[in-house]
Amino acid sequence: MSEKTIVANSPAVGTPSAARHISRNEGLIFERSAPGKRAFELPPLDVPAVAPSAALDASLLRDEIAGFPEVSEIEVIRHFTRLSTWNYAIDLGMYPLGSCTMKYNPRVNEFVARLEGLATEHPLQPAEVSQGCLRILQLLEKCLLEITGMDAVTLQPTAGAQGELTGLLLIRALLESRGNARRKVLIPDSAHGTNPASVVIAGYEVQNIKSNDRGQLDTDHLREYVTDDVAALMLTNPSTIGVFEERIAEIAEILHSRGALLYMDGANMNALAGVTRPGDFGVDVMHLNLHKTFSTPHGGGGPGAGPVLVKKVLEPFLPVPRLVERADGTLALESHRPQSIGRVRAFAGNFGVLLRALAYTLAYGPGIRQATEDAVLNANYIRKNLESVYDLPYGLASMHEVVFSDARQKKHGVGTMDIAKRLIDYGFHPYTTAFPLIVPGALMIEPTESESREECDLFIGAMRAIAEEVERNPELVKTAPHSTRVGRLDEVGAARKPVLRWHPKQPTELPSGVAPKVVPSA
Amino acid sequence: MVPTDRRYTKEHEWVRLEGNAGTIGITEYAQHELGDVVFVELPKLGARLKSGQTMGTVESVKAVSDIFSPVGGEVIEINETLAQSPEQINKDPHGAAWLVKIRLDNPQEAAALMDAAAYEAYIAEKDKEVSA
Amino acid sequence: MRYLPKSDAERRDMLASIGAPSIEKLFESIPEKFRLREPLKLPGPLSEAEIIDFFRARAEENSKGYASFLGAGVYSHLRSVVTDALMQRGEFLTSYTPYQAEISQGTLQAIFEFQTLMCQLTGQEVANASMYDGSTALTEAALMASRLTGRQHLVIARSVHPEYRQVLATYAKQIGVEVRDVGFTPTGQLDDAALSEKIFDGAAALIVQSPNFFGVIEPVAALAEKAHAHGALLITCVAEAVSLGVLRPPAEADIVALEGQSLGIAPSYGGPYLGVIATREKFVRQMPGRLAGQTTDAAGRRGFVLTLATREQHIRRERATSNICTNEALMALAATIHLSLLGKEGLREMATQNVAKARFLFAELTKIPGVRPAFSGPYFNEFTLEFPRSVRMINAALLREKIVGPLSLGIHYPELTKRAVVCATETTTRASMERFAETLTRILARPV
Repeated sequence: MSEKTIVANSPAVGTPSAARHISRNEGLIFERSAPGKRAFELPPLDVPAVAPSAALDASLLRDEIAGFPEVSEIEVIRHFTRLSTWNYAIDLGMYPLGSCTMKYNPRVNEFVARLEGLATEHPLQPAEVSQGCLRILQLLEKCLLEITGMDAVTLQPTAGAQGELTGLLLIRALLESRGNARRKVLIPDSAHGTNPASVVIAGYEVQNIKSNDRGQLDTDHLREYVTDDVAALMLTNPSTIGVFEERIAEIAEILHSRGALLYMDGANMNALAGVTRPGDFGVDVMHLNLHKTFSTPHGGGGPGAGPVLVKKVLEPFLPVPRLVERADGTLALESHRPQSIGRVRAFAGNFGVLLRALAYTLAYGPGIRQATEDAVLNANYIRKNLESVYDLPYGLASMHEVVFSDARQKKHGVGTMDIAKRLIDYGFHPYTTAFPLIVPGALMIEPTESESREECDLFIGAMRAIAEEVERNPELVKTAPHSTRVGRLDEVGAARKPVLRWHPKQPTELPSGVAPKVVPSA
Repeated sequence: MVPTDRRYTKEHEWVRLEGNAGTIGITEYAQHELGDVVFVELPKLGARLKSGQTMGTVESVKAVSDIFSPVGGEVIEINETLAQSPEQINKDPHGAAWLVKIRLDNPQEAAALMDAAAYEAYIAEKDKEVSA
Repeated sequence: MRYLPKSDAERRDMLASIGAPSIEKLFESIPEKFRLREPLKLPGPLSEAEIIDFFRARAEENSKGYASFLGAGVYSHLRSVVTDALMQRGEFLTSYTPYQAEISQGTLQAIFEFQTLMCQLTGQEVANASMYDGSTALTEAALMASRLTGRQHLVIARSVHPEYRQVLATYAKQIGVEVRDVGFTPTGQLDDAALSEKIFDGAAALIVQSPNFFGVIEPVAALAEKAHAHGALLITCVAEAVSLGVLRPPAEADIVALEGQSLGIAPSYGGPYLGVIATREKFVRQMPGRLAGQTTDAAGRRGFVLTLATREQHIRRERATSNICTNEALMALAATIHLSLLGKEGLREMATQNVAKARFLFAELTKIPGVRPAFSGPYFNEFTLEFPRSVRMINAALLREKIVGPLSLGIHYPELTKRAVVCATETTTRASMERFAETLTRILARPV
């Protein structure tokens, strides 16, 4: 191995030795750079050349960018292709991640998003030459309103968290217009972390409310919590344990009777689309995660989009710009809205993501209900086949996701994180561990409608096999995974001495300060 | 048995008195609960602490815990070594990994805290709750 | 339905195996009165070909065939087809956030490379793995400065992108942070004389954009000194990242908020784009957004993990540095691939071509009687011109000739009527620039 290659590859447990091709041991792009190599050529200038030093004062100019990559095109292709082979992905198999809704990302969506005339458009170009883009936005707005039963929508927010913040700002604006913005927002202890974080940025105080012993909102005591100081309740429905809040009408009534509003976190919309509508059961404002329910790709962590839908009373406060249809039938974006909360991001929104969500919706049409039914069927099928081996802390009916706990396995010293890591050896991505907080040692499983019966059976088989391993050979589970390119990584070292970038002179420096071992091939 | 030369809080901090000054740290029980410590946030020199109020945080990879001051006073010394080696909190929470030294407002305040025996009993109860 | 891998027979079997008489049984927890009895009134279902036809038709209703001279925060640059080929690999496109590091090393290593590239580009010590876009990156940088200094107000140049300032205003209002404006001089740069003690009193940061909304390059080092002398941080916002191919990076700034759209991301009518925050290492714990860190496994193999997660919402909840969760990871990957393709020489060459093209256009346009530069300061690939007539009328006439004209400043700057910002990049052809000049000459020659 050359000096530049820092660590040698080590075969997976039980694999026979063989010459190790570099594809499993690809270094950083900077480590394969060599001066003078380049991967992209520009067409020649068709205007007179101007040296930057002739056009601009020397004090404004930079030296070369030290350390920037210098590689050829094939090296770029190989580098990133090799990296991609180290990832799990929906295209490979199921992600049973609860509340993430990792469903199939249709390829036609990628194709249409890249069309010339759509991918090429500048957000500030005149409306006269943007009618195609605006019609896409308008149609998506109509579809989302129909699916949710709400009255008005903004497609601006860039992700669910930004949608939550936008929704909270809308609530604040409405209550302020009524004379009192109030101070607190109620959040169940089962909520996703973005909920309380968004509340604080919106300038409200978080008041946590404990779930009842069935894992649901404590509706019996809700009336006491909803004082005149409370602006809203932020509720995920179905909840993060996958259960529909059956008393939702009562919850809405309690809030409304005190002049407070009901915000619904739409992360679990995959259990509802086509079957019921939040606008019908009392929700005043909600967001959707288009990268969840509406199939836009996660891409390793984003982009997403988090449209916010509201009842009529909140419409005047929606962020700008607003999509309007003029008398002549043309569309435009309008920024003059005196009561608007303002702008939440530059330009019109994550158009490329919105476009993909529309393509998804058009593919299903009214048949979207079938996807929801299949998602709920899959979750219940998995639940039924695992409830004899994993502890089910709450007995209520599951919708599109089911939450177990590691209580039984803990008796053998094995926790949810260990089981999750062992699941990797069976070819699956782990489920969501340690969330929601109300279930200690949670295993949160959401298969989505994209999983076939075979895939569900394979998953069930793997989980049952691991449950057996926990009893026979807990060490095997506790030290998993065994089949991946790297084993469990030292997160403690990474946090104590963060190394957050490559440095030209520091090829062998590692957080522990110890030189890395060269592991011989077996 | 935890060291008898100091007093303890329900939040698992300890304070050891030396006349008008006190040394504050977190207990063995606390570090065990936290797991590997990666970062400690301490108050600045001269900061005024109040009994029961947050004086800083200690972080593991997956969690952040508040540290509550056992007594009131002014911070007169900070353990600078923790910035470079936060893992000391795991290795020697009662000794080398002290957090701050303070000049006490009221040396009598510490008397209201648990002594070693009371703290031992307290954490034994907590352990029972968890396995119940 | 082609996305659903079940036959009706399988559905029946699965229902039977779990003892459910029908699928309706699984929805009983929803109160009867809320269960829909009719299908939703939605267009479709469409086959793949019909979907493509629908969007193709929409693509014909936009600006195909028009030449454009718009910049203003979104730039048309060359992109290699290699970027899309790699981005569309399922293992990148359809993968989740890399919380499970062992099976996400591809994403994590790419993020680590991205963070490195952003540091190299901006001259800063550490960079995050993305924010939503430039406008929210700037806003988060401002809030970060407020947390770091414990101060509650900000000073911002009016020459920062108006839409970015509007976003900051929306957020600042909620946190109780006051934002004070500072104007510009005839050079188009920040009015340094207006940066008085009074303006700075209690300020967490001074915020500038360079090149700014007018296209003018700001003296970042001097402004950093001024800010620091008053105990404030300097935040520099970069909307045109290609400028860093030749321009001195804002290394003296304390925090850099960058929009990465210029780095291999299509304009796509406004998004998805790529926000980045880069800063000093000592500020890292107050920086929002994900971070990938280098580490090892038990056998000593190098690997990467998400780290310093205790800053984030899923751990700190209401005390998090930000509420951000999903970010723009795929766009960061696109930028990483793009910059690897361009490399050291390619980025410099691209930036240099921008300098040449803009100067050519500047010369062509300022030859026209009545058309003058509005500011005297140095520029990269955008510059502001003053016209003898209303920009709205000029642009309407240009549009009729299939030219998307420059961005009018009058809407955002009431004192800057008849002025507009013109952009030329390496993709702007000489022919289109000459046509622009020729058309404008004709338009202006017409009687009013």
